[in-house]
Amino acid sequence: MQFRWEWEVFLRDTGGGETYLDWMISAWGWTLTVSACSWVVAVLAGSVVGTLRTTPSAWLGRLANAWVELFRNVPLLVQIFIWYHVIPSLYKPLQEVPSFILVVLALGFFTSARIAEQVRAGIQSLPRGQREAGLAMGLTLAQTYRFVLLPMAFRIVIPPLTSESMNIIKNSAVAFAVSISELTMFAMQAQEETSRGIEVYLAVTGLYMATAFAVNRVMAFFEARLRVPGYVGSDH
Amino acid sequence: MGALDLSFFNRELITNFLWNGFVFSVELTLVAMAGGILLGTLLALMRLSDRSWIALPAAAYVNTMRSIPLVMVILWFFLLIPFLTGRPMGAEWSAVITFTAFEAAYYSEIMRAGIQSVSRDQVHAGNALGLTYAQTMRLVILPQAFRNMLPVLLSQTIILFQDTSLVYAIGAYDLLRGFSTAGRNFNRPVEAYLLAAVVYFVISFSLSSAVKQLQARIAIAR
Repeated sequence: MQFRWEWEVFLRDTGGGETYLDWMISAWGWTLTVSACSWVVAVLAGSVVGTLRTTPSAWLGRLANAWVELFRNVPLLVQIFIWYHVIPSLYKPLQEVPSFILVVLALGFFTSARIAEQVRAGIQSLPRGQREAGLAMGLTLAQTYRFVLLPMAFRIVIPPLTSESMNIIKNSAVAFAVSISELTMFAMQAQEETSRGIEVYLAVTGLYMATAFAVNRVMAFFEARLRVPGYVGSDH
Repeated sequence: MGALDLSFFNRELITNFLWNGFVFSVELTLVAMAGGILLGTLLALMRLSDRSWIALPAAAYVNTMRSIPLVMVILWFFLLIPFLTGRPMGAEWSAVITFTAFEAAYYSEIMRAGIQSVSRDQVHAGNALGLTYAQTMRLVILPQAFRNMLPVLLSQTIILFQDTSLVYAIGAYDLLRGFSTAGRNFNRPVEAYLLAAVVYFVISFSLSSAVKQLQARIAIAR
């Protein structure tokens, strides 16, 4: 069988006055936007939940545990369907919300369970004496967390956050299922319309890999800047 | 707020819509686990080889698989298998091949860590006893690596089970597809997706609790 490359496919018109290349670039933009917004949701929710799991309060700890188990044991695609089909019909005001927001919440909360685990591990990796020293100095529990534990914990948590950040970009592909016009959606539709699946998939795969690599480099930069002297992996 | 109506959820629904999908999801998980661990172990051995022409291709394969979204990998295989073999292939078979190949990359990272967790002295001891490289690996190193990594391998399998829902992208009939089809036919998507979430949760949660117990037992035995 003879195969001939046809990269010109990207210059073809989609029928809407733009080329497939234009469409792919905007789809890339959607992938980046969904990932970035979900990342913010995930880090915020994950930090709160992970911190709660280390507080002395038993019921707060159980609540946080339930959160982690809930979002970790249901497949992401099912969670997206729940946010998209189920929650708006049970809570009407959400019907006005664009599906982009629902996907961001789904991906953000899904990832928050993983980040909560990292944050909890980060806080628990600190010597117990730090918490006791903070409390003994007369700081409240909240102050101990704010000034003693969390600043250290977050710097320890950065390396695992790198891999979660790369995972978010990969997981954002699942948004195709609710018709967000991101890269995977583009790949499926452009493949169907042009029958040049190999060129389309190669380009999309390349963009995913380039994005993941860029995120990896950015996080490595922060990792190096925020490294805690005296800990494993530190040069000092 | 509309009340939930679960009356459509009866025995008939299970036999007509859900059972086949459930069986496929489980089969897909088990086949991909067995094939993935086997291939993954081979990849791990290749990566640990001193010869770069063996180690580099394995590393390239693993890193490529790990840096692409699973949905894209599913789409790739679904496109490429008929293209290369010249024959169409059903979504279900395509999914089995895809997940075996994809999970092999993740299992290989686990097995690599497992092999590296066994003391180097044991390799030397094997050599000193006159065992060949293959014998040392098969009889001495791999059984221990496998045992040390058993909980991690099983955790990865639970993730694999959840990921099988992504065959939705190529229309294979799995557990999730069963629920969504039932929801559409009875016009009760809300209940169908809620039930899907409950079923996935119960399976994954009980499996991961079992893995946690296993982990505790292995830790004591060591």
